[in-house]
Amino acid sequence: MIHNQTIIKERPAPSSAVGPVAWLRTNLFNGPVNTLFTLIGLYILYLLVVPTVQWAFINADWVGSTRDDCSREGACWVFINARFTQFIYGLYPRSEIWRANIVFAGFFTLIAWLAIPRLPFKRWVAVFALVGFPVIAYVLLHGGYFDLPRVSTHRWGGLMLTLLLATVGMVGALPIGIVLALGRRSNMPIVKSFCVVFIEFWRGVPLITVLFMASVMLPLFLPSEMSVDRLVRALIGLTLFQSAYMAEVIRGGLQAIPKGQEEAAAALGMTYWKRMGLIVLPQALKMMIPGIVNTFISLFKDTTLVMIIGLFDLLGIVQAALSDSRWLGFSLEGYVFAAFMFWVFCFSMSRYSQYLERKLHTGHKR
Amino acid sequence: MTTATNISDTSTSDLMVEMRGVNKWYGDFHVLRDIDLEVRRGERIVICGPSGSGKSTLIRCINHLEEHQQGDIVVGGIPLTQDVKRIEQIRRSVGMVFQHFNLFPHLTVLENCCIAPMWVQKKSRKEAEEQAMRYLERVRIAEQAKKYPGQLSGGQQQRVAIARSLCMHPDVMLFDEPTSALDPEMIKEVLDVMVELAKEGMTMLCVTHEMGFAKTVADRVIFMDQGQIIEENAPEPFFNNPQSERTQLFLSQILGH
Repeated sequence: MIHNQTIIKERPAPSSAVGPVAWLRTNLFNGPVNTLFTLIGLYILYLLVVPTVQWAFINADWVGSTRDDCSREGACWVFINARFTQFIYGLYPRSEIWRANIVFAGFFTLIAWLAIPRLPFKRWVAVFALVGFPVIAYVLLHGGYFDLPRVSTHRWGGLMLTLLLATVGMVGALPIGIVLALGRRSNMPIVKSFCVVFIEFWRGVPLITVLFMASVMLPLFLPSEMSVDRLVRALIGLTLFQSAYMAEVIRGGLQAIPKGQEEAAAALGMTYWKRMGLIVLPQALKMMIPGIVNTFISLFKDTTLVMIIGLFDLLGIVQAALSDSRWLGFSLEGYVFAAFMFWVFCFSMSRYSQYLERKLHTGHKR
Repeated sequence: MTTATNISDTSTSDLMVEMRGVNKWYGDFHVLRDIDLEVRRGERIVICGPSGSGKSTLIRCINHLEEHQQGDIVVGGIPLTQDVKRIEQIRRSVGMVFQHFNLFPHLTVLENCCIAPMWVQKKSRKEAEEQAMRYLERVRIAEQAKKYPGQLSGGQQQRVAIARSLCMHPDVMLFDEPTSALDPEMIKEVLDVMVELAKEGMTMLCVTHEMGFAKTVADRVIFMDQGQIIEENAPEPFFNNPQSERTQLFLSQILGH
């Protein structure tokens, strides 16, 4: 029996199922209980948002140079304004700040260049960012070459130091983490046990302990003429610590790749490193973008712990400024500012990772 | 097909694959028992048998995706040992098609076919792409070259997988149940490609339950059960006059309806 000889034409969905009104009805006001919850939720939101906006914007003081300029009830952003240079550069000498500015400009330009898909020469820019730029940045920031006065690392601070710690940590932790993850899955017993011990050691120790060890214990063991800069020690500690976490994230990704992928690559005659580098890792890393960025974000925030070994990162320098007798009582503004700065960077990373996931998605999810 | 031209070449050994007394265990489980097998250049062999009989394991031993614990395997004159370099050398001349295709999902169809020629045989991108397009045309899927495997049907993916293997100019092709994961309407398009390949003289070892395919192309059909080769014969006597009881039972089960 034949029911329909022609295929029924496509029709748009009825207006009761699409559009903003339908959305409101199905999501917020669907039944009396949900309507009640929606109204309660809106009221709580109102209670939270209105005073915050009033404090931060409407009743806030923006201009001036001393605390006497802060007369109103809201936030006193004058404090942030007055200390802004310090928050960004730490105790870097004022006369030399142009050097830090060049590094900042180069840093953000390179990141933008690598992140914006339309710009050309990605490979060469990436090589320069990993090889050339660190040398230039070091020469500029540290000085001591080409008649640039030396600025020792204990004067580095603020956002500059935070970004330095985070960037070096990320760029170092990812490759070390990859190698450790591969090593942990290796068939070679010595490689495997080394990686297991390394990962479990660093994962089992709090970062604060690592930093303490690096700054207090290490000099006791090393001969006195061999002193390693405190910042370098913190960097090494931070990188190794995060690389252990990174290794476990990447190992999760490696395990999620079907065995058939490596077999197919092997059947084509690829060596171990080609199988990993061309077939398995690209898929594993792509799959693990959320986990990797999660580790990056926690690394970014963990940089604040260098405070306890006497380095003044963004949060450290804000806290130091709070104890200035001329500016007592503005800790809320200080912490809000620090939190906002951290949020901007972490949120950018998070958004970029979501963009990457969409871009790299090739429709093979099952 | 270049490999077809040297069938009559007597200077190279006539034996493509040689297995002597091959045994393999998974723990205590004896998967392969005293396998003796010779495959001459240009020969087409179909291996069948109930599941778990060791068919897949047998062909996977040939390119060392599985390791055998006893006996000798010689592929194209090269004895298979633990030596990684030698294993890679053998794998370059042995193509393999898997039940689940195992295409690389992060690469386009064209890239799937180019990656090994470029990175293993060090061909230029241009050369590799031209060659890939030729093979993709042969399996009748060239128009999909820019797509990702996830966008293709099972039958299309399997044809791409065959093209990917052919791009390495293998001397032998191993097929590990190439149509078992396909919807019925797609089996034919893959079998057609395999039949063409067989006609061109490719040496093939094929694990399959497609008895029609075995009848048309196979020089020999091998029946395996419990890790052993039970019966080995040309297709006509194999199907019409099976010798062992086990083979008769198997054939009556798969041909009976």
